[in-house]
Amino acid sequence: MTIAPADRAAWYPAAPSSAVTEGHATPTVLLGEGVALFRTDGVAAATGADRRALAVTERYDHVWVCPGTPDRALFAIPEAAMPGRRAVPCGSIHVRCSPLRAVENFLDIAHFPFIHTGILGEEPHTEVNRYDVRIDDDLDEVWARNITFHQPQASVSAEGALDVRYEYRVPAPTTAILYKTCPARPAEWDVIAIFVQPVSEETCIAHPWMTMFDDATPHADMVAFQQTIFLQDRSILENQIPARLPLDPGMEVPTQADLTSIAYRRWLKRRGHAHGAQLVAA
Amino acid sequence: MTPVLHDWVLDAGCYRVRLLASLLGADLDLRSVDVHPGDALRSEAFLLLNPAGTLPVMEVDGSVLTDGPACLTWLAATHDAGWLGDPSPGGRAALQHWLGVSHELAATLGAARPMDMLGASGDPRPLRLAGRGHLRRLDAALARGRWDGRAFLLGDRPTIADVACFPDVALAGDCGMSLDPYPSIRLWMRAVRGLPGFVPMPGIHPLHEASPFPEDARGSGADAARGTAA
Ligand SMILES: [Fe+2]
Repeated sequence: MTIAPADRAAWYPAAPSSAVTEGHATPTVLLGEGVALFRTDGVAAATGADRRALAVTERYDHVWVCPGTPDRALFAIPEAAMPGRRAVPCGSIHVRCSPLRAVENFLDIAHFPFIHTGILGEEPHTEVNRYDVRIDDDLDEVWARNITFHQPQASVSAEGALDVRYEYRVPAPTTAILYKTCPARPAEWDVIAIFVQPVSEETCIAHPWMTMFDDATPHADMVAFQQTIFLQDRSILENQIPARLPLDPGMEVPTQADLTSIAYRRWLKRRGHAHGAQLVAA
Repeated sequence: MTPVLHDWVLDAGCYRVRLLASLLGADLDLRSVDVHPGDALRSEAFLLLNPAGTLPVMEVDGSVLTDGPACLTWLAATHDAGWLGDPSPGGRAALQHWLGVSHELAATLGAARPMDMLGASGDPRPLRLAGRGHLRRLDAALARGRWDGRAFLLGDRPTIADVACFPDVALAGDCGMSLDPYPSIRLWMRAVRGLPGFVPMPGIHPLHEASPFPEDARGSGADAARGTAA
């Protein structure tokens, strides 16, 4: 399989930091190619199939690898450095779906009342308000802003239903970040990200990660909350047709809820990202 | 005293206990265990509680139950013994049979699931193959029962046998196994999901007439809105 140059130049999560330990190699797969991860004197490193050293950076409790020559630094999540926040890596979940499908699902609000019933949504509150989506040319990222959604249980610490404010950000082809109202500190955002490791065009490993202000909730409950949400999506992700994400917009009139997905697809196409995508109409 | 369940949302064995408690209207004090990624089952504190390092663990009246069917038996016996089935010799034997089958389902389909879902070490293929044999026999037994007018494993009412076997069967899709070839299993699952007090878990959807079937929700975003699949 040939991999497009743009795909090689991007950063991908390759493992949670905790899985890469001193003294032995951790094997994994990125874009269909074997990668070995190491840690020496605390510093993470990676080699490709031909033992070539790969670009590595370690941020947000994960080891990130660029299989080619990186065309930019790994995106920043400034909130990660804010004092008082807790970073919570939520595990590594294997999914038989295109890595791009996993990101697209994460960006979709319309499914909340049906799939995350009683947690992230509930009927009859199924309306998605008018919100702003744009491809930020300076950052080369997709941003969706001014989303409001009614949620019965927005997070572990939420007491009762809330109208929650949302912003979505796609800073790399297989990473999406969600900013949502922090119940404990309404002026701050809870930050929930999905770092998707592209194993092949139709399989991926999702590493959900979050950083929030919450001193009260036990760690295991925070992990369980995020795993509940993500595993509710897994069986649906595994049944999507077509398996790869079509990048050519059709003739349909999109609904509000689709705007982020459409911008994401357009942005991927503009970047020349092909791995996990379907470039010709089925 | 309210029983304490050491719990993990993604664990099928813990779900059995949560499900029966909900069906019985029994209270449980849930304590989350960070099994993945925290590896808490191998922590010293947990091994002190259950040296086998497995879930579920239920603490009741000073004793620690570490076996799923044992937890179900305790809950049923303290709340509604009807869930233990007919107390005749034949009824008791049938209950033990299905509780034994539930252990085998957990050891095959249940063991394959974390390998497929979380990359746990091991080869899921022989486990799926063995699990398929269990599904065939379960489907045949349920079909025979239905001809005799029984919707559930031990008769026309649900028992802990159904609750014990249900989760690993209903989660078969998580390890890539389709339940399409087993019509009687599908009808039985529908009956279980329709019980008053039924609660779902991630991977097992509630039976809600207003909810879409997962297959209808495929292609979130633009594809779903377009109403076309491919
Ligand atoms: Fe979702």
